[in-house]
Amino acid sequence: MSTTRPTEAPSGVVAAGADLFADAVEGQAVPVSRVDWRPPMEGTAADLATVLADPLRQEANERAVKAMLDVQAMLVAVAPASEVLGLRRGEFLHAGPPLEWANASGPMRGALMGAAALEGLVDDPEDAVKLFESGDMSLEPCHHRSAVGPMAGVVSPSMWMFVLEDPASGRRTYCSLNEGLGKVLRYGAYSSEVLERLRWMSAVLGPLLAEAVRAAGPVDVTGILTQMLQMGDEAHNRNRAGTLMLLRDLSPALVEASAPSSDIAEAMRFVGGNDHFFLNLAMPACKLALDAGRGIEGSTMVVAMARNGTEFGIQVAGTGDEWFTGPAQLAEGLLLGDYKPEDANPDIGDSAITETAGLGGFSMATAPAIVRLVGGTVPDALATTRRMLEITLGQNPRWTIPVLEFQGAPTGIDVTKVCRTGILPQINTGMAGRKAGVGQVGAGLVTPPAECFPKALASLAERARKRAHG
Amino acid sequence: MTSPPTTSGITHVEVRPGAYADSVTLLQVSKDVAAVSGVENAQVAMATPLNLEVLESMGFALPATTPNDMVVALKLADDGDLAAALAAVEAALSRKTRSAGRAEDEPHRTTGAALADSDATLALVSVPGEHAFVEAVDALDAGRDVMVFSDNVPVEQEIVLKRRATERGLLVMGPDCGTAVVGGLGLGFANRTKPGPVGIVAASGTGCQQLMCLLDAAGVGVSAALGVGGRDLSKDVGGLSTREALRRLDEDPTVELAVVVSKPPAEEVAASLREFAAGLSTPVHFALLGEGQPDLTAAAESVLSALGRPEPKWKSWGAGTASAATGGYLRGLFVGGTLCDEAMLMTAAALGPVKSNIPLSPELQLDSSLVAESHTMVDFGDDALTAGRAHPMIDPTLRLENLARVAADPSTAVVLMDVVLGDGAEPDPAAALAPAILAAKADAHASGRDLPVVVACVGTEDDPQQLSRQARALAGAGAEVFLSNAQATRRAIELTGGSR
Repeated sequence: MSTTRPTEAPSGVVAAGADLFADAVEGQAVPVSRVDWRPPMEGTAADLATVLADPLRQEANERAVKAMLDVQAMLVAVAPASEVLGLRRGEFLHAGPPLEWANASGPMRGALMGAAALEGLVDDPEDAVKLFESGDMSLEPCHHRSAVGPMAGVVSPSMWMFVLEDPASGRRTYCSLNEGLGKVLRYGAYSSEVLERLRWMSAVLGPLLAEAVRAAGPVDVTGILTQMLQMGDEAHNRNRAGTLMLLRDLSPALVEASAPSSDIAEAMRFVGGNDHFFLNLAMPACKLALDAGRGIEGSTMVVAMARNGTEFGIQVAGTGDEWFTGPAQLAEGLLLGDYKPEDANPDIGDSAITETAGLGGFSMATAPAIVRLVGGTVPDALATTRRMLEITLGQNPRWTIPVLEFQGAPTGIDVTKVCRTGILPQINTGMAGRKAGVGQVGAGLVTPPAECFPKALASLAERARKRAHG
Repeated sequence: MTSPPTTSGITHVEVRPGAYADSVTLLQVSKDVAAVSGVENAQVAMATPLNLEVLESMGFALPATTPNDMVVALKLADDGDLAAALAAVEAALSRKTRSAGRAEDEPHRTTGAALADSDATLALVSVPGEHAFVEAVDALDAGRDVMVFSDNVPVEQEIVLKRRATERGLLVMGPDCGTAVVGGLGLGFANRTKPGPVGIVAASGTGCQQLMCLLDAAGVGVSAALGVGGRDLSKDVGGLSTREALRRLDEDPTVELAVVVSKPPAEEVAASLREFAAGLSTPVHFALLGEGQPDLTAAAESVLSALGRPEPKWKSWGAGTASAATGGYLRGLFVGGTLCDEAMLMTAAALGPVKSNIPLSPELQLDSSLVAESHTMVDFGDDALTAGRAHPMIDPTLRLENLARVAADPSTAVVLMDVVLGDGAEPDPAAALAPAILAAKADAHASGRDLPVVVACVGTEDDPQQLSRQARALAGAGAEVFLSNAQATRRAIELTGGSR
């Protein structure tokens, strides 16, 4: 704390509002830092005042950020979803906020149809439509089961999951194994080659990784993330360094695993050839950290951003498990081949958990290699990371960005700051084809629909008012 | 969406949702655009209710808007070029909007973000009142003092801010704090004075300015003037910032004497502050306006006497030149609320009830026409008259219009005005006011009346506008000009035909 002595001129002044007054201070040779103030999102002024006045807010946010930063995510096991999540036949997890089949988008339906065939509920994925229409199948968000899933994020009982644990608390999070790019289930493809690959992953890759993790001991995923950021990965659309580091850590144990060398070679070829393999570890590591901030009354920190292909939803530390949603947006960026913008589905996937934790778009400055992939420039990338600091509560002292003088990743999205500035979280994302079965059509940048944040703010304000008036 | 209200020219109205610039900036933009040839009138303003009223009164037909929209309204001559006028709007706006520069150098968007990136010890908030609380909380969260220039901040928010500041040993100056001087740095509207032994705590911006200027004229410097906002000594707020400010002055060894200046305070608050002050080691003088209380000039004189300085003869220009009116009412047009209060207290004692938009008691409330068949005094700096527009110390338009109106009113005997100089105020107020006074007097003369105009000119020789230059210009227009508002008021009462 530094307070002004009345007869000593301040060392500097921060000025928000009329330039006239800032000019007058500057004219007296005292440095002025000017705030580029603009009115908040429409209709939020009263709720902002209420939430900013909440006596719990500041300390609650400090606690939420600290809890999140204190988490160490260790990969402790690899096991089938039926085992670690208790997922039963006919139960499916999906990305984003809650969703019914009737409202599901093309890629979400495609992934569910493929998963139904994978589980043997139908022989032909096309036949699964009736099954889901009947309402006999259970659909539940990954987030409701401590899990996250990229793109469609569909998890069915036989899929193998990474199991991450925070040693201090024993809390766990889960994510499926990454299938690679192109025609894959998570982008809504369900052809026989897609299903065959998934069967191989369950039969060969999963058990091999499980054995390797058992033998090598827990893998420090948070630590790998720290290093990745120094190596040009932002851990959402670029996971190349992370993937190779994982392979480095597991290779000896893989080689010594009790499996035919051809299977081991195939597994190592698959992991090493899939630059996105580590995404499915980055995501649950981020969720593990953010879950530590859940349920802190008064905190305005966002603990999840997730999309189901139809809606975008956020959850906030101080508002329990409530989702605040709006229509999922279309990403802007580069399209593969001759796909057209109208071929792309609205935003989908739990992978925005990386941005929620300060990676992905928030750490774009550290990944200049992929700015073109998402249709940007290097100065854009630097500006984006700086801009995200305007809407976050702090910086991550472990996850630093060399090109920004080792500034920490912007950490802890603050609902009030988003509403005040109108700056929306920047998300790096893949684009799925709008039609079921197509797969990936591109990659780009997207933001949440603005309305999520005023809705969350209104709920925070409501809680603060109730607390104030008993 | 356009409906030509006048017989000539073109009217153009457009709404720009989400565009924003502050009222001072937009005032300049409007002026720049109005200066373009072929443009008869231009108003670029945020669509606040008050601005909409102004636009409507200018004859513009307006579509539905929200206060977050910017309205561009242009009235062109017959041969006016709309495209050129709109280009001028863009040019003026882009000149006024700081260049974003390269994307990576974007300025911070909240006070909190700027403070996190700065070792500044003070935040200065002058955003519209509805949003000021949020920016001020940022400063307290970051452990910094804050000055809130904004008015129209709800009192409940002021109380939350000040309680939180008190818990943390921080100082909230404001809301509606027009004036502060911290270590010689003038903030908001402030006069340039030499450093010296006096520290002021002011729940009144112009009261503080009057005191500083009188002391300066008497050769006594002010090293700090901590504004606390006009409501600090009210029952609701309870003097929270005044205590903290006094504590700071008491701890500062260079302050020999402290003065608390305020508009009429709540009695119990004044009493408890006197008790608090008695426990400090620095002597504290109170200049609290009220019925039967000494005026600000008398307070300045008692400070001088406590410091062992001789009482000066307060400066005036052209005094004694006007002749007394033959009946009618005293009409006061003020930019300073405390100066208005002081004048009302003195006038009420000498001439009887004074109606006002900031009345001494509720039954004297002036309605929004600002006209009454009685003595009247209007504070153009009051919240209700500044919502969405610049303070009258920056934008004199509203008061100048009213000067012409009261001058034309045969029931006006004498006009009393204040002019407040210093940093933050318009660069040359006499430039517009002197011709307006001349015109007002000529107008009255044409209808066979004499119209005395008395001005209190609050300023110092070191102010950018320079006290004597402004005073001489106003006296040259036929006004009687005084440095002391109390003396100006006494003279106006005398000219109206009062007992003193």
